[in-house]
Amino acid sequence: MEEKNKYSIIVPTYNERLNISLIVYLIFKHLRDVDFEIIIVDDGSPDGTQEVVKQLQQLYGEDHILLRPRAKKLGLGTAYIHGLKHASGNFVVIMDADLSHHPKYLPSFIKKQLETGASIVTGTRYVNGGGVHGWNLMRKLTSRGANVLAQTLLWPGVSDLTGSFRLYKKSVLEDVISSCVSKGYVFQMEMIVRASRKGYHIEEVPITFVDRVFGSSKLGGSEIVEYLKGLVYLLVTT
Amino acid sequence: MKHVVKILTLVVAVSAFWVALLQTSVIPPSHTWLLPIYFIVSLGCYGLLMVGVGVMCFPICPEEALLLQQDIKEAKEYLKGRGIDVGSDF
Ligand SMILES: Nc1nc2c(ncn2[C@@H]2O[C@H](COP(=O)(O)OP(=O)(O)OP(=O)(O)O)[C@@H](O)[C@H]2O)c(=O)[nH]1
Ligand SMILES: [Mg+2]
Repeated sequence: MEEKNKYSIIVPTYNERLNISLIVYLIFKHLRDVDFEIIIVDDGSPDGTQEVVKQLQQLYGEDHILLRPRAKKLGLGTAYIHGLKHASGNFVVIMDADLSHHPKYLPSFIKKQLETGASIVTGTRYVNGGGVHGWNLMRKLTSRGANVLAQTLLWPGVSDLTGSFRLYKKSVLEDVISSCVSKGYVFQMEMIVRASRKGYHIEEVPITFVDRVFGSSKLGGSEIVEYLKGLVYLLVTT
Repeated sequence: MKHVVKILTLVVAVSAFWVALLQTSVIPPSHTWLLPIYFIVSLGCYGLLMVGVGVMCFPICPEEALLLQQDIKEAKEYLKGRGIDVGSDF
């Protein structure tokens, strides 16, 4: 028997006061016989997210819930790096706090990893058993267009490039994240494309994605332009 | 090898094949001249078709939204009883 696995779940938050306690509850509900810790990287949310996290620490214990805040909103990519520094597990899970990533899928990520020995298990919405709820036609169209474009140009070998619900071996995440520079959606794509180019073993599990119920989206603005720039960037650098 | 190099290599290989076809005239040159246009048009059609089919068969999961609502309710009840601030009901 090898030594026991520990899973560090990194959850970046910005104004997720209503969601964070729900997600923590659901993680505890679905991860029973597993050693894990939840690392919450909060970027100084003005809505009091951190107060709720402190209450949760009282309830669940500070060894299970780690609050690793930063003073101001510095972006998602660096939030992962920040959380990773404090991770004590040999596996790291990255998920959003907004309940689009349901903790009930965590066991299937872990199971898939144990079965295949994969370095990365990534959640995909675009296979049997997966799906999305709450997107309008425009959102579906852009998502599909972006996906077809990326599949044709980059041959990444995974079906869902911009999803960010993933499990990594810690060493692999450290390796891949250090070479990524993009932001926003492109960051998720860059991570998986670079990992695939480096020859890491990547597996997929189906997940469903329900658009956020509480709070508001933080990615916005000229997303399509950023995406196209990111695509070109990945073409010439990977 | 950078990925763009791979794609360019592919483009060069296909172009070389096309030039060879032009010079050996296995098929009438008038047809050969049109081949790149056919190619680009079919590439465009492929893209549009993939996007179209993708949108039509977009996997949806309305039942998941209901399940999530139940989970949220359950979580709120549990957390409220333990003094966690879960916000007002919606
Ligand atoms: N620490 C930190 N977390 C962030 C930042 N921006 C976003 N987040 C968190 O990252 C996760 C994903 O952000 P979302 O706003 O949901 O992005 P999205 O899922 O693409 O957009 P939605 O369609 O609204 O769900 C959420 O848990 C956010 O709270 C940031 O700058 N810093
Ligand atoms: Mg989200």
